[in-house]
Amino acid sequence: MADLALTDTHDRDAVSASRRQLITRIAIYGILSLFALVYIVPLTVVVMNSFRDQPEIARNGLIAFPQSFGIDAWWSAWDSYCIGGNCEGMKRYFFNSLWMTVPATIISTMLGALNGYVLSKWRFKGSEILFTCMLLGVFMPGQISLMPWAFILGKLGLSNSVVGLVLVHCVQGLSFTTLFCRNYYISVPDDLIKAARIDGAGFWRIFRKIILPLSPPILIVTVIWQFTGIWNEYLFGVVFTSGTQQPITAALVALTAGGTTASAYDVMSAAVLIGALPPLLVYFVGGKYFVRGLTQGAIK
Amino acid sequence: MSALTIRNLRKSFGFVEVLKGINLEARAGEFIALVGPSGCGKSTLLAMIAGLETVTAGEIYIGDRLVNSVAPKDRDIAMVFQSYALYPTMTVRQNMLFGMESRGVPKSQQVEAIARVSALLQIGALLDRKPGQLSGGQRQRVAMGRALVRDPKLFLFDEPLSNLDAKLRVDMRTEIKKLHHRVGKTTVYVTHDQVEAMTLASRIAVMHQGEVQQFDEPQTIYDRPANIFVAGFMGSPAMNFIPAEMTTVDGVDAVSFVGAGGKLVILKLQQPSGMFEKGRKVILGIRPEHLSRHNAEMRGKEGLATLVAPVEVVEPTGAETMAVLRLGELEVVGRFTPDEAPVMGEEMVVSVDMTKACLFDPTTQRLL
Repeated sequence: MADLALTDTHDRDAVSASRRQLITRIAIYGILSLFALVYIVPLTVVVMNSFRDQPEIARNGLIAFPQSFGIDAWWSAWDSYCIGGNCEGMKRYFFNSLWMTVPATIISTMLGALNGYVLSKWRFKGSEILFTCMLLGVFMPGQISLMPWAFILGKLGLSNSVVGLVLVHCVQGLSFTTLFCRNYYISVPDDLIKAARIDGAGFWRIFRKIILPLSPPILIVTVIWQFTGIWNEYLFGVVFTSGTQQPITAALVALTAGGTTASAYDVMSAAVLIGALPPLLVYFVGGKYFVRGLTQGAIK
Repeated sequence: MSALTIRNLRKSFGFVEVLKGINLEARAGEFIALVGPSGCGKSTLLAMIAGLETVTAGEIYIGDRLVNSVAPKDRDIAMVFQSYALYPTMTVRQNMLFGMESRGVPKSQQVEAIARVSALLQIGALLDRKPGQLSGGQRQRVAMGRALVRDPKLFLFDEPLSNLDAKLRVDMRTEIKKLHHRVGKTTVYVTHDQVEAMTLASRIAVMHQGEVQQFDEPQTIYDRPANIFVAGFMGSPAMNFIPAEMTTVDGVDAVSFVGAGGKLVILKLQQPSGMFEKGRKVILGIRPEHLSRHNAEMRGKEGLATLVAPVEVVEPTGAETMAVLRLGELEVVGRFTPDEAPVMGEEMVVSVDMTKACLFDPTTQRLL
């Protein structure tokens, strides 16, 4: 018995091991495919519906393979669909979002880089405490600051304006951008700064010539983070703006809440996609840098 | 005229005093080495000379200008860092240009300086590479190049060779020595390597626990170390320390201690007699190379004393052989030429060159 087991063992183990490996592999791919499906199916439905005719959707139901193809819904959603009595389509709100997101992203990223540079390379008494305080902003839910912002925007005369939203997003984003950049710059050797100081460079010259050229990985991460975050933000948009000043996320809700006419699923699908495209594009273009930037550590 | 004067310099971080009243001065063109174990304050001292650390108390003069509160860039210094601190996104050329551009040096002079330095350090072929594409030795050269493109009053080196492998380190050491000879600039060089300090410096400041233990020429430091710390730190293998007692033999001062097998060893001193009272406790310091195998020619020779000791360990290095001898409780290391090297277990008759022996006070640790 023991002998038999001994002679057999090697072979049997190898076979069962390779079989186990195969099963594991199938299980992994199965589960991954399932999750991928969960994410992709809604997107597919929306994309398909945006190219179907409304009558066909009404006839065959929301989830069905297209029997027709047309891009009218896209034009309508962009240019002429009526939202809250305003028949200009999504384009106004799309540009509202763009004029809000781009400046807010750039300003909050640059300020974050500058903050990170100061907090990591020009420490002063209390700089650690200051940094800890800024970190609180990372954990603070946005709704807490609704009332204070309403007050401040009112005082500044920026209520119901895109500029007001830019200000809100710059400040709200600052804790994240500062955290990202500060943690990245901490791995830049202090000797570089010392060498540059001896070389006669000042605060700004060191920032521009030494720190910024080292920063693309973290700046890409920050920009993607801020862009998608601000573009997709809804709460501030819907609370602080109304009518023609709304960003696209808020306008999308107005679109569905339109009411009297029957729901135009084709136009809604196209509108939703128009609202989703910019962050998707940003991620497609910068996604690989995003992952790389998040995992990349010290600079040699 | 002295190029650098440091007077009673102190530095505290919170309650910790890391420099306790440093006094140093470097004459123009001198090569000063600051040497000591890690944590002795040598790098802090250098950073203070550079202006990268603030001064708690005392004065630093570069030339005859008090620079205590002068910014690093205005001190007219150049510094080479242990990590090289080359700007990683810039080419070698841009690295060297950076300082000149910061200072607004005219373009023609910039070009000239780059040409001069790259010829001097033979880095012409590397000018358009980034630091990441260079080997350790090349980075080292570029770091020196960056310091050399300026014509500063003072060169500061912060352990520039400690990131190189052993062979390259020796080559670069020679290189730095040649360079200093050619450029002739006052240099302050921090190292923890006593060999680097000995080979490079015109004067060495041995530091320990925030104080300068001795500041003198290398040979003086080696031959007449001011205290037991300096004696033990400079030289490898380290000096042997043997607790002993003063006595007299034939009217001549001598030291006695318990040697191998519990027998009393008495060695005659070469110093003038009558300096120490009999029975006084001392510590006898003997460098390994001052032990040698006793032979007939040595008999009766002035200044030599003999003792017998069993050999416990033999370590040949090729050029010479180290041997550990047992002297009662103590181990004594000797350095012998290979042809007179002992074998393990041998009862060796050793000749001690007492003209080179040092005596230290056991309580103050100072040289007597």
